[in-house]
Amino acid sequence: MGKNKVLLSVRNLRAILEGYAFISPFLFGFLLLTLWPMLQSLYYSFTDYSMLEQENWVGFANYQKLFFEDTSFRNSVKATLIYVLVAIPLKLVFSLLIAMLLNRKLRGMYLYRTIVYFPSLIGGSVAVAILWSKIFGVGGLVNEALLLVGIEGKNWIGIPETALGTLIVLAIWQFGSSMVIFLAGLKQIPHELYEAAAVDGAGKGSVFLNITLPMLSPIILFNLVLQTIGGFQMFTQAFIITNGGPMESTYVYALYLFQKAFVEFSMGYASALAWVMLVLIGIITLIIFGTSKYWVHYESKGV
Amino acid sequence: MKKLNIHWAAHTILILLCFIMIYPVFWWIGTVFKPPEELTSPSFWPKEPTLDNFTQGWNAITNYSFGHFYLNSFQLVGIIVFTTILSCSLVAFGFARLKFPLRNFWFSIVLMTLMLPTQVTIIPQYVMFSKLDWLNTYLPLIIPNVLAIGVSGPFSIFLLVQFIRGIPNDLDEAARIDGCSSFGIYWRIILPLLTPAIITMSIFTFLWNWDDFLGHMIYIQSISQYTVSLALKLFVDAQSSTPWGQLFAMSLLSVMPGAIVFFFAQKYIVDGIATTGLKG
Repeated sequence: MGKNKVLLSVRNLRAILEGYAFISPFLFGFLLLTLWPMLQSLYYSFTDYSMLEQENWVGFANYQKLFFEDTSFRNSVKATLIYVLVAIPLKLVFSLLIAMLLNRKLRGMYLYRTIVYFPSLIGGSVAVAILWSKIFGVGGLVNEALLLVGIEGKNWIGIPETALGTLIVLAIWQFGSSMVIFLAGLKQIPHELYEAAAVDGAGKGSVFLNITLPMLSPIILFNLVLQTIGGFQMFTQAFIITNGGPMESTYVYALYLFQKAFVEFSMGYASALAWVMLVLIGIITLIIFGTSKYWVHYESKGV
Repeated sequence: MKKLNIHWAAHTILILLCFIMIYPVFWWIGTVFKPPEELTSPSFWPKEPTLDNFTQGWNAITNYSFGHFYLNSFQLVGIIVFTTILSCSLVAFGFARLKFPLRNFWFSIVLMTLMLPTQVTIIPQYVMFSKLDWLNTYLPLIIPNVLAIGVSGPFSIFLLVQFIRGIPNDLDEAARIDGCSSFGIYWRIILPLLTPAIITMSIFTFLWNWDDFLGHMIYIQSISQYTVSLALKLFVDAQSSTPWGQLFAMSLLSVMPGAIVFFFAQKYIVDGIATTGLKG
């Protein structure tokens, strides 16, 4: 009896060790390259660490400076919020509309999907950033096209009012991946729902509002959260196309953080920036999830 | 009749949209064959096509041709794809097939790291790697992938777990009765069946690491080690006033590996996004 128990626990232990052995790459990765660095950056954020000399504890000085004295910080938060608040909703509305168009069993659906998705695939690269800077540049595609219809173009990238707009257009141009997710979601809505609505004589608008939107709402939530988090981290495009200018109108958060950390090597200050970013993203995600109970429809709640 | 009209309307909208979406790419392709004096024309068709932009652009950076940077990029990204496949499939097998305490907790941690902004860890990671004297090597870019936590790590784990859960348990159990170890089941049964999901995650791992710029810029300093992304940025800085046909030609070339993979493996990409619903 006792022997059996021992054997059993040995076998249990073996199974536990085995499980942990399989996930050990991730465990080490998470502990060494995620959790530990996060704690370190939290610590750095209360110091004046610069990589050159031993750090000194400075308390909340970094945060104080950030919130009360740093105009670049304010500009970067402003640029990032405008970027996220304008680009992400437009991108989602756009991708939903196109997904609905593509969901009608049209001929050539695959070709359309390929073309529409392609920009998303290459969109984050340095190459596309270079392309974009020439499309909206002084002698670029947009201006030359406008000239054809007799409109005088402008230096879209060089003017504070329009520079951020060019980055927003670039983000919207890459709506393909959220569209593919919507398309997959649309295909999963049971046909009976639409048939029942047709029997009841429901109009197109009402079908969209009462069937499509609620059934798709978990996917909308998912897209919204992921795209928002991604939007906050936009870096390459702003770095290459506008480099934060003109007048810091496109000085997005990740760019400012890069400048502080890897150009000025103010690691302590940059760590404070990183934590403010994390908290900001956390708050926005919580707000989205908090409101989700009012607009996200889960089937399990019983229809 | 009405249905037909709606179809036509949908086609018209889609064709118009596709035209607008893809025109910049056409213009890009056309421009690389244009001589300098045609560059600003909004038409994508080159009147006097030339290959000068390619031949001159290829060698525009002193001492190194773009071939050198392509070799670097392929070498780096190749190692990353290989290590990501190994580490993530092991981890995914553990999560999907083995029972151990806190399994769900650790899996939720995987999903959390999926959403964690890189900015929160990048500074201490940089400090750590510089203390290890790994700056100006590819190690800081490779090691995170060995530990399943690189740019595509959590995404790949998630995708593979979903896929393994769809494989019936019967095979495992039969093998276990025959005395096969867990590793044997992973290696001989699950891994071969995982091929489609591995293709999908490899494509994304390839694309995201090929396009990565911030990581490359922080860790790689000497030009001989530069990847294609870094070489392009160097080209931009060096070329601010000269005709940009060459720059355009080299950027277009740099997206070709991704474009080729896309056109041959579109199914895997679309399936991958649809099942995990991730960025792109």
